[in-house]
Amino acid sequence: MAECHPVGFRWVMEAKRRGATIIHVDPRFTRTSAVADLHVPIRAGSDIAFLGGIVNYIITNERYFDEYVRNYTNAGAIITDDYADTEDLDGLFSGWDAEKGQYDPDTWMYKDVPVAPAAGQREMFTGEPRSERGANIRAEHFDHTLQDPHCVFQILKRHYQRYTPEMVADVCGISKELFLEVAETLCRNSGRERTSAFCYAVGWTQHSVGVQYIRTAAIVQLLLGNIGRPGGGILALRGHASIQGSTDIPTLYNILPGYLPMPKASFDTTLREYIEYNGSASGWWAEFPKYIVSLLKAYFGDAATADNDYGYGWLPRLTGDHSHMVTVADMVDGMVKGYFVMGENPVVGSMHGSLHRAGLRKLDWLVVRDFAPNETAEFWRSGAEIDRGEVRPEDIATEVFFFPCAAHTEKDGSFTNTQRMLQWHHAAIPPPGDCRSELHFMYHLGRRIKAMVADGNDPKDDPIRALTWDYPTQGEHEEPDAEAVLKEINGYRVSDGSPVSGYTELTDDGSTACGCWIYSGCYADGVNQPARRKPGREQSWVAPEWGWAWPANRRLLYNRASADPEGKPWSERKAYVWWNEEQQRWEGHDVPDFIADRPPSYRPPEDARGKDTLSGIDPFIMQADGKGWLFAPNGLLDGPLPTHYEPMESVIRNPLYGQQCNPARIEWRRRDNPYHRAFDDPRFPYVITTYRLTEHHTAGGMTRWLSWLAELQPEMFCEVSPALAREKGLTNGGWATITTARAEIECRVLVSPRVADITIKGRTYHQIGLPYHWAARGLVTGDAANELVAFVADPNVSIQESKALTGNIEPGRRSRGRRAVTGEPLGGPQPDEVPRDLEPARRAPGHHGIVISRSQAGEQT
Amino acid sequence: MGSAGRALLGWPVLRQVLERDARGLGATARSARTESLAPRTRDSDEVVRSVCPYCAVGCGQLVHVRDGRITDIEGDPDSPVSQGCLCPKGAATYQLVTGSYRVHNVLYRRPHGTEWEVIPLERAMDMVAERVMRTRAETWEELNDDGKPLRRTLGFAHLGGATLDNEENYLIKKLFTALGAIQIENQARI
Repeated sequence: MAECHPVGFRWVMEAKRRGATIIHVDPRFTRTSAVADLHVPIRAGSDIAFLGGIVNYIITNERYFDEYVRNYTNAGAIITDDYADTEDLDGLFSGWDAEKGQYDPDTWMYKDVPVAPAAGQREMFTGEPRSERGANIRAEHFDHTLQDPHCVFQILKRHYQRYTPEMVADVCGISKELFLEVAETLCRNSGRERTSAFCYAVGWTQHSVGVQYIRTAAIVQLLLGNIGRPGGGILALRGHASIQGSTDIPTLYNILPGYLPMPKASFDTTLREYIEYNGSASGWWAEFPKYIVSLLKAYFGDAATADNDYGYGWLPRLTGDHSHMVTVADMVDGMVKGYFVMGENPVVGSMHGSLHRAGLRKLDWLVVRDFAPNETAEFWRSGAEIDRGEVRPEDIATEVFFFPCAAHTEKDGSFTNTQRMLQWHHAAIPPPGDCRSELHFMYHLGRRIKAMVADGNDPKDDPIRALTWDYPTQGEHEEPDAEAVLKEINGYRVSDGSPVSGYTELTDDGSTACGCWIYSGCYADGVNQPARRKPGREQSWVAPEWGWAWPANRRLLYNRASADPEGKPWSERKAYVWWNEEQQRWEGHDVPDFIADRPPSYRPPEDARGKDTLSGIDPFIMQADGKGWLFAPNGLLDGPLPTHYEPMESVIRNPLYGQQCNPARIEWRRRDNPYHRAFDDPRFPYVITTYRLTEHHTAGGMTRWLSWLAELQPEMFCEVSPALAREKGLTNGGWATITTARAEIECRVLVSPRVADITIKGRTYHQIGLPYHWAARGLVTGDAANELVAFVADPNVSIQESKALTGNIEPGRRSRGRRAVTGEPLGGPQPDEVPRDLEPARRAPGHHGIVISRSQAGEQT
Repeated sequence: MGSAGRALLGWPVLRQVLERDARGLGATARSARTESLAPRTRDSDEVVRSVCPYCAVGCGQLVHVRDGRITDIEGDPDSPVSQGCLCPKGAATYQLVTGSYRVHNVLYRRPHGTEWEVIPLERAMDMVAERVMRTRAETWEELNDDGKPLRRTLGFAHLGGATLDNEENYLIKKLFTALGAIQIENQARI
């Protein structure tokens, strides 16, 4: 955190000054470790074992926050009798369907709850992606004593009983004593008077079991009562100025703005069916129809009427996983003709650069928008295969457009930061030359396209003709007014165009339009709320008048949990929001994240519907049952409880189970994406992990061209331990070549004890640390680390595994004339495979997890 | 006092003795030139509120403008997030937005070409619009095998960076969805 979010880390240091204990868990010793009270150098890829050990410690020693767990989580919920755990099946859960290569989650369900109404499950069985959010279910049976063997708490206890301190030591490669110190410190700093927070970044997400990493932290925090309370939580430290915003108002294939699912072809045929399958009868998502109808009104304006389902039929439909890696693989197979890349550099920032370039070579056209032509824009003359002479620019037919972009200082707009806070940036000067904002590019592209179809009558062009696209422009460049877009995002009354003050004013009868319901309120009273800048020193410590946070300017989500079931703060020290009995309202330092006048004593009547099903002690209002889920009966594709699996490529056999890897992982079994042996591959004996440096930013597009930063970090390097340097003859400052079956890269060697050697059962394993900022263009150049990484992904979110893989290192520079992906696998002949899956989970290679695209069917080897 | 007297009193050694600053590290280090120096931000025509474009902490920035040019970018002391601080990357924002590395023209690489060519912005926009609509028409999918509506194209895709504004992402998703494109992705998945 000190390396990648230095100014955010100031607050960690402030907490330390006030007595907080800082624990840093990372294979690499960084500037964070240097000031932490404890540095825990676990093996890359072993976090679930580590966190699972903490769960076990909390339960075994009865350190959980009893009143919080009983009232605010699903600990007492009874699960079906048919549920079988990884304890019973050696690393698999019940319900593995060998034919489909995926889980059937029926047995993970609450007892006696019919499974049919939950959208997520249907999607799993059609190969169509699940909904992004919790499903529409509530437990039927509870054991409030937490003793029933089928209740969540007892299942949790059994599931983690083998995650003992000794086992943690053997999986993570740290001492039992260090582990116990972490577990005890965390427990000691949680409870009524104290809270602990977790901070993480892509070191947790970029794994074939990444979603379950974060789930494990959620279990720890729910057990300790650290969610919805000041100083608690699980904080995703996001790496880009508006990466949170890019998810809220997504440019993601599976969601519409505000986490509304994209329609799926098989089920969501009409608006009625879409609402039936994706809405919820209980909890806050019961409001779903208001949000989708208001979005359709924002998109299609007067053309959206009750008679035509508000234009719902014009939305395109999903038939499977259309995510980034699937699209790139389709590109390689010639199925994608055109590609827009805006402010992104996938041949450096994404895995397996040579496969990306192979895809770009198959395009008819490519549009790149950035400050200067990056490696993606220059793929036709830059890349290992060009250097080796295997591919000639003259043979590449792709047409490439490079558009120079405007900087944030040259345009108005809002960023959403890592705490969901929108902040407006104002244009200081106009952009130079032909540089333009993406707002300008999209608006004028849309204007042209609308003109092209204006006089036509092809039904497929109807949505283009209906699309509201009349944003006012200003200045000689005809720059669209970003505030007009913000107003549409906020939502307005169709009758008079006046902005709504929040999502509670939205309707499902077409009388309101709203581009993103969770952002509703950002333009309340016609005021640009994200542009508010009341100085921090002139307001409370929550600073509610600086910028605007979704939803409803709440700064801390689920903050009802900061008060006890009666609505009183758990302690004076940790008071945040509370129930005012006199006023019959919730109040506090922040906007209460609860129904404002619902008393703690409220219990829903039998016939309650919608929001009325949330009782006065249900803080997690976005869940249909209002409870924090220790056990996830639905919504996940790879199990209801996090389980330690080894990465796709590991150095050891899974010490916990016979099942080696996440059985539901997404693989791309194709010749141009070779995998290493599951473990103990003699060609690739070392662990590789990748990371960032303070002085550069991701794929380098905003830093490698700047002399101030280039001078501070001028050259690609690897970090290796003194022991590995001795073993391989590597010298500090010298060259090394790092190889996987996908690629080989060269870099300078930094010999330091900062990347820990791992000792497990007497055997030492070495780890190689790689920053991934460099590539062929810019002021400072070098080989790109991500060339080494394979296409393999988490089944829930299709994110790649780049934080734990295997490889080899040799002293000296890489060969120049050698073929990589296009020829024989690097590193020599493939050794005999060792199974990644138990016999019941095994089927034709490539069928683990969801079948990911049409093209894959014919491409499996 | 005459000018000779002022010069004598201004003599550094004498000032160091009189002001008991023997090492010359205190106030006596100041000179007339010191007094004439001022930060280049003092005469800014305008100070524009902004936000750092690198990581997601969201540090406040003050953009100083003079004669229509950006002269400096500093941390915003009013921000409760950053209290005036910027990290090495944030402090380099001035170079990011004013640097000579930035390309100001639209570049075009024709099929099989070996060099970039400069082309006018308006023409490039027309060319892209034409290619989008041609690809869309060639790859349109109206129904799936079961006769259910698809109304989409898998012919073109989009990948966006996460330094784009919310308003920009909104227009990207809105237009591409209306066009029937679904492979609309973002750094947020990477």
